[in-house]
Amino acid sequence: MIALSPSAPPGVLTSEAHCADLCCYPTRGQYFALVASFKADDFEMCVDLCGVDYLEHPDRALPQGVMRTRFEVVVNLLSLSKRQRVRVRVQAGDDEPEVDSLFVLFPGTEAMEREAFDLYGVLFTNHPDLTRILMPEEWEGHPLRKDYGSGRVPVQFKEAPGPR
Amino acid sequence: MSDDTVRTVERFDRLTAETSEGAQELLRRDVTKAPEIGREVGSVLRVDGHSFDPNSVDYERRDDETMIINMGPSHPSTHGVLRLMLELDGEFVLRTKPVIGYLHTGMEKTGEELSYVQGATNVTRMDYLSPVINELCYSMAVEKLLGIDVPERAIWIRMMMSELNRMSSHLVWMATNGMDLGSTSMMIYGLRERELILAFFEKTAGLRLNLNYVRPGGVAADLPDGWQDDVLVICDTIYERTFEYDQLLTGQPIFRQRLIGVAPMTAEEALALCVTGPLLRSTGVPWDLRRTMPYLAYDQVEFDVIVGTYGDNFDRYAIRLNEIRESIRIVRQCIDMMPTGDYRSQDPKVTPPPRARIGESMEALIHHFKLFTEGFHVPAGEVYMAVESPRGELGCYLVADGGPKPYRMHTRAPSFVNLQAVPLLMRGGMVSDAITVISTVDPVMGEVDR
Amino acid sequence: MAAGAADFDLARYGMEVFRNSPRQADLMIVAGRVSQKMAPVLRQVYDQMMEPKWVISMGVCASTGGLFNNYAIVQGVDQIVPVDVYAPGCPPSPETLMHAILTLHEQIRTGELMKRRTEGRSLAIDPQQSPWTPDVPVAVRMGTPK
Repeated sequence: MIALSPSAPPGVLTSEAHCADLCCYPTRGQYFALVASFKADDFEMCVDLCGVDYLEHPDRALPQGVMRTRFEVVVNLLSLSKRQRVRVRVQAGDDEPEVDSLFVLFPGTEAMEREAFDLYGVLFTNHPDLTRILMPEEWEGHPLRKDYGSGRVPVQFKEAPGPR
Repeated sequence: MSDDTVRTVERFDRLTAETSEGAQELLRRDVTKAPEIGREVGSVLRVDGHSFDPNSVDYERRDDETMIINMGPSHPSTHGVLRLMLELDGEFVLRTKPVIGYLHTGMEKTGEELSYVQGATNVTRMDYLSPVINELCYSMAVEKLLGIDVPERAIWIRMMMSELNRMSSHLVWMATNGMDLGSTSMMIYGLRERELILAFFEKTAGLRLNLNYVRPGGVAADLPDGWQDDVLVICDTIYERTFEYDQLLTGQPIFRQRLIGVAPMTAEEALALCVTGPLLRSTGVPWDLRRTMPYLAYDQVEFDVIVGTYGDNFDRYAIRLNEIRESIRIVRQCIDMMPTGDYRSQDPKVTPPPRARIGESMEALIHHFKLFTEGFHVPAGEVYMAVESPRGELGCYLVADGGPKPYRMHTRAPSFVNLQAVPLLMRGGMVSDAITVISTVDPVMGEVDR
Repeated sequence: MAAGAADFDLARYGMEVFRNSPRQADLMIVAGRVSQKMAPVLRQVYDQMMEPKWVISMGVCASTGGLFNNYAIVQGVDQIVPVDVYAPGCPPSPETLMHAILTLHEQIRTGELMKRRTEGRSLAIDPQQSPWTPDVPVAVRMGTPK
């Protein structure tokens, strides 16, 4: 079986990537169609979906023509038959990041999207149940954002009782 | 009511309110939307709202005929702090919703605050039953970004320790699975065998569990003298004992009746749910990253990939039992083929100078100091590296910004994704089968919640 | 888990039985990290236990928050339940856990634990509310024989 290298539909910017055969940079509008086209092209499994907050590293390397935003959603797809991996990086937005949900294509992304929502605040349209998954229900804030502190408690290591 | 009773009732009301997770729980049918009911019922292949009619699910049962119960999070058979909410009609399970997050440790946030060398200590505590494999995935991702090569001996040491870890993880699984199904002797046997492996880990790395052994650049220390004998004893002993387990469990009628035909899954459903590992292999898909996308030196050793047929609980049990035997095979080949050489990369960017030189040379002292306080800088980039853990595909998505600490470290935990198969597997079964289903899905809550 | 298994047999101290219900248990071992979501659940389980009850905090993550000084982990389980013995280690080896249990046995046997509680250093028992007063340490007399 000849494994042709994966290709994206025209209009979507691509580049090379570490440990992936292709990396695509769709806009929010092209995102769902792109993943659907990969699924139709024998990429049967979506192994990972996560969010990234680029608040402190805004000048990351992106191909010419990609409109960079603060939040990014990164999806890794896997083709079992062709043994290939493809990465999709969509720029989700600055203040209220929102992308389409991949639930109807890959039902297994349900938990991963809930995690991205919980920890980053990225909204996924058409997700069946977008609630928090790791944090308690009444938690305010999205912990993995860069402007959310780590919640570190100051510890004093001397014998005298101090702030704990 | 007396004052005491009022106080107690108030306190328990408050505690109930504090422990309720609102929308994350399984709610009554009339307040749950259609696609979510479909998911809780386990209908994986009909996910768009059009082809799924919620009224068609158990239409003859009304809300007052079914019971929503809560299993966990503090429960003896939920394998850690997994909270499972079940809607039951008598003994039969209609809908399931796992509620997770009770072990959420903020490891991804911590990972952004630790340097690359310290990162292994953080990552190793995610899947606490297979720590070496966690560290391996993270270290390989860092090495990919750094662009350095690891010496041959380090690769083979890593492979051998990974396979020993796979054996120990599967032995824990055999122990807890046997215990869940009622066989307390299996618990003792599995943990007894595991002690042999943990004793070897302690000899090599200093710790039984959460050994901070595999680091970017190689491994932390060379194997101890006489390791071939130790590892051979482990292989021989455990290999014979797997036949004892066959005698105890595999042929035993009660065990077989409880596992065969229970909770089957088709390959289509498994792929749709993005499950990997023994769950996917039990449905007949021969996908094992060690064979299909080899890393380390897996293309130089011979081993079989165990594949099931029916996707039921018994297949998953048999796969894990036989994977112990295959791991023994790989470890024996590692003993024979272990190359000599360095146990870690000599690249000065990553490796500190030998300790003896620190007393002699100022540069060596400064080099050592900088590497351990600030850490080495990794050029900017992003990588997704995947390895085969005992539970499935463990991936690490690492974003580096050129500094000494990762910018974003995300771990694709196999148990997190595999838990989505639980509603599908439990559907239509009984409550007692629910225990076996969780057991064979083998979630480790440390990596589910991270 | 390994402490109860073959090599580090906990049964030789009579501690083999893991009761699955908090109502029937004397000792609660909080093993591992406690997240913010788990904290009220832990308190609920503790409240369901009958007096006399003791708590061992196993591991550094349970004792102080350990490696994880962040938003998600309770920095020491003694912020939720009163702890009698702290067992360090990440993870604590089975020997450490057994030592912790034996320390607890010893402290109960010599009455040291009761002394500390009546001095007000622990929130475990409020002598006014509980019907079992520390002046008559029945559990201690029934404990480990000399």
